[in-house]
Amino acid sequence: MKFSILVSEGPYTHQASDSAYQFAKAVLAKGHEIFRIFFYHDGVNNATRLTTPPQDDRNIVSRWSKLAEEHKLDMVVCVAAAQRRGIVDEGEAKRNGKDATNLAPGFRISGLGQLVEAGIQSDRLVTFGD
Amino acid sequence: MTIKKFMFVNRKAPYGTVYALESLEVVLIAAAFEQDVSLAFLDDGVYQLKKGHSTKGIEMKAFEKTYGALEDYDVTKLYVDEESLAARGLTADDLCIPVETMSRAALGKMIEEQDVVLSF
Repeated sequence: MKFSILVSEGPYTHQASDSAYQFAKAVLAKGHEIFRIFFYHDGVNNATRLTTPPQDDRNIVSRWSKLAEEHKLDMVVCVAAAQRRGIVDEGEAKRNGKDATNLAPGFRISGLGQLVEAGIQSDRLVTFGD
Repeated sequence: MTIKKFMFVNRKAPYGTVYALESLEVVLIAAAFEQDVSLAFLDDGVYQLKKGHSTKGIEMKAFEKTYGALEDYDVTKLYVDEESLAARGLTADDLCIPVETMSRAALGKMIEEQDVVLSF
């Protein structure tokens, strides 16, 4: 089956992104396909490479990056939500006159059309939020 | 393009959290993709449609007008849970746009018929 996943909450405060990650791993382990993982609302905070959790805690951001690399996942961060919350890649930094970027590897910034398309193209769109 | 039934389930008050505002953004995009879009309002989500948002005191942009503009995007299927209205002392007359009110059970059936349900 073809899945897409929507992550609506940020890391650490809410369990939603942990659950989304574990669900994604389970989907892949069962041999299903992931069309796209979309990050919206505070979920965009899953994509900042500046996250530094304590050493004995899970690193939610690098965990996503690793999963994307291993399985060639398409992980998309909503541009409008990212702009509000300061998640920036090089293109966005240039466009909005920012002096830094923080988008973690494996993520890309794009529009909400990518979420709607994921809903259209996938057999299931599964939301992880509150 | 494939047309799917997208339902946006709105359960939270319009201010206090960003969910209502960011939900509307997806609704407009789904409409632009010419999908079969509907909106459901239940729990505190019914406050999103309450007439007369007044946000000056909290220094936030009022977006009540966006609900009125949904018709321009051919988004006309708006369903409101009558139990959520009643629990908050509201009726359809208190709302800023015409909607279809229905029982929670009927709304549940409606959700069951969807291809994609996004709950905000």
